[in-house]
Amino acid sequence: MQEKNVPLIQTIDLRKLFKLKGGVMLHAVDGINIEIASGETLGVVGESGCGKSTVGRLILRLIEPTSGQVLYDGQDISKFRGRQARDMRRNMQIIFQDPYSSIDPRMSVIELIAEYLFIHRVFKNKIETFNRAAELMDMVGLARRYANSYPHELDGGRRQRIGIARALSLDPKFIICDEPVSALDVSIQAQILNLLMDLQEEFKLTYMFVTHDLSVVKHISDKIMVMYLGQCVEIAAFDELFENPLHPYTNALLAAIPEPDLSRRNKEMKVIRGEVVSPINVKPGCRFAARCDDCVETCRERDPELIETSNGHFVACFKLKR
Amino acid sequence: MLENNGGILLNIEDLKVVYKTDLETVEAVNGISLTVMKGRTLGLVGETGAGKTTTALSILRLLPSTTGRIERGKIEFNGQDLLKLDENMMRVIRGNQIAMVFQDPMTSLNPVMTVGDQIAEAIELHNGKMPHEEVNRRVENILQMVGIMPQRRFEYPHQFSGGMKQRVVIAIALSCEPELLIADEPTTALDVTIQAQVLNMIKDLRDRLGTAMLLITHDLGIVAQICDDVAVMYAGEIIETGTVEDIFIGDWRHPYTAGLFNSLPDLRSQATRLKPIPGLMPDPSNLPNGCVFAPRCGNRMDICEKEHPKTVQKAQHRLSCHLYATGENPRRRDVT
Ligand SMILES: Nc1ncnc2c1ncn2[C@@H]1O[C@H](COP(=O)(O)OP(=O)(O)OP(=O)(O)O)[C@@H](O)[C@H]1O
Ligand SMILES: Nc1ncnc2c1ncn2[C@@H]1O[C@H](COP(=O)(O)OP(=O)(O)O)[C@@H](O)[C@H]1O
Ligand code: SF4
Ligand SMILES: [Mg+2]
Ligand SMILES: [Mg+2]
Repeated sequence: MQEKNVPLIQTIDLRKLFKLKGGVMLHAVDGINIEIASGETLGVVGESGCGKSTVGRLILRLIEPTSGQVLYDGQDISKFRGRQARDMRRNMQIIFQDPYSSIDPRMSVIELIAEYLFIHRVFKNKIETFNRAAELMDMVGLARRYANSYPHELDGGRRQRIGIARALSLDPKFIICDEPVSALDVSIQAQILNLLMDLQEEFKLTYMFVTHDLSVVKHISDKIMVMYLGQCVEIAAFDELFENPLHPYTNALLAAIPEPDLSRRNKEMKVIRGEVVSPINVKPGCRFAARCDDCVETCRERDPELIETSNGHFVACFKLKR
Repeated sequence: MLENNGGILLNIEDLKVVYKTDLETVEAVNGISLTVMKGRTLGLVGETGAGKTTTALSILRLLPSTTGRIERGKIEFNGQDLLKLDENMMRVIRGNQIAMVFQDPMTSLNPVMTVGDQIAEAIELHNGKMPHEEVNRRVENILQMVGIMPQRRFEYPHQFSGGMKQRVVIAIALSCEPELLIADEPTTALDVTIQAQVLNMIKDLRDRLGTAMLLITHDLGIVAQICDDVAVMYAGEIIETGTVEDIFIGDWRHPYTAGLFNSLPDLRSQATRLKPIPGLMPDPSNLPNGCVFAPRCGNRMDICEKEHPKTVQKAQHRLSCHLYATGENPRRRDVT
């Protein structure tokens, strides 16, 4: 076996349908295939409700997929039992947009950072555990004088550092960053992005970085997946995606960013019509068809398949076959 | 100030606003001065807590009455000091001459009234009684103008998406043809393709109606694309102001403004590391002596921690920083 080529994380035709009132089905995630090599960052972009967080929750097995598989180091995680399952839970962590919503506000900073260490009984005693928690504070740039503060006393940037320290506490291999900087001001956002990149280098971490901000995703990713209504419409290396975007939706996203650059001031901001609808009882055909300027009959009749247009660049759009 | 006095619509001078609670006094806005010219759009940029919303609420005199207080300053609108008007006259100004749009459209929409009825109400409030058919026609026009099918006027706000609600709110605000529109982060809660739709609509209506605008945002991209003038706010002060050209490509640049630009990940090139501004904005209930930016500034000198910098001015470009007060002005490339 050429073990080197086994991605750390892989999903195979991953699908999650939610059953709503009246029996209608909501296709939150509809056939996602991704591969993330060890030490790499896969960026996931798309608008609100396109299924980014659901993909993350499926990979972590916080929810059960309707169908499809998640492989960790080549092995199906649904088959993990006992020790293997426990190891997997330690190896895969998540950082949320608002760490506040995922933590107990009555716990102090140091207790929060030590929480997983206690749960997994990593150390024999309290002193060792809190020492490790203090080390984690140093690692994420949180001054030790905040150890006994409560999260509500801290600003958003420091709260996010708590979330990062918690995620790091069990020495994971893979971290899902779900909009970790979206609620932060740019100067603080830049601090946190640098921290995440430094930690990745130091601990050889593998990231899935979920965001709706294209400049952030470009900055941090090796590969980028663009999602629309539960599906991947395009996936490519970060530079390839920005230099040679092929899917009409990717182009629309790129055109919609207001750039901090006066030379683009008078170019007409290209605007696509309509909005993302919720993926309820989806009809066959391209999910983007209703908003697409290049839409032809075929697009409404059949699902476009992801095809590889050049090395590692995949696009799901009939335009490319025309 | 600016030479062309005839063109000034809103002129704020030395405005100071505090919030007083039993625990502390928050100095939210500290002696700011700014000008919105007729028909132009001023972008007010700054990070969370800089005092942007407080500034907007002061103009409309909508500060929370129990805690918020204007301590000093002048807010002149068309030459009239708004701070001297009584509440009745203020009410006439709000809605007729100055309209405001908030980040969350639901703060402006009534959840139990149809969208059409709410637009109709705004039209009648502004124009007095009108024949029913005329009102209907205008409601449909307005919806059409913001790209919503007129048939949807019978629906309630919760049946609309965030972007549609915000378009309706903006349409209502502009339906009374105000001279000044204050928009406080109007697209921050929206997805980028929907943001583009709303921004295009704002640009379009503004240009068509000649409305002046105070656009509050933390997004320098929006400033570059929409605004004519810019005021950069930090810890309750306007530390730099000028035309967009002054701020984006001018010779002078305040170290804080430089830091904001350096913090942005670049879409067109990939630097491996960003250059964030270290530290945090100071707590407005405990501001530093001297320059408010000094604790985070890479260009800090001894004087910066002792004395508050004076404002220096070149044409309409103004900034407050000791680097520029010595007479030997650094160029923007020297500022880190
Ligand atoms: N428990 C659930 N029950 C029903 N529908 C759900 C549930 N969780 C998510 N959904 C739906 O699945 C779709 C995808 O949601 P998801 O949270 O993954 O989107 P997202 O891309 O992360 O969006 P955002 O950018 O807003 O965070 C949405 O339409 C959402 O309403
Ligand atoms: N009602 C209030 N009571 C006390 N402090 C307030 C109140 N509203 C705002 N502040 C404080 O005033 C400062 C400026 O806030 P704000 O004007 O909302 O800033 P921005 O809109 O730039 O984010 C902040 O420190 C904020 O916490
Ligand atoms: S006055 Fe001094 S501390 Fe303040 S911005 Fe200028 S150089 Fe920096
Ligand atoms: Mg999400
Ligand atoms: Mg605000």
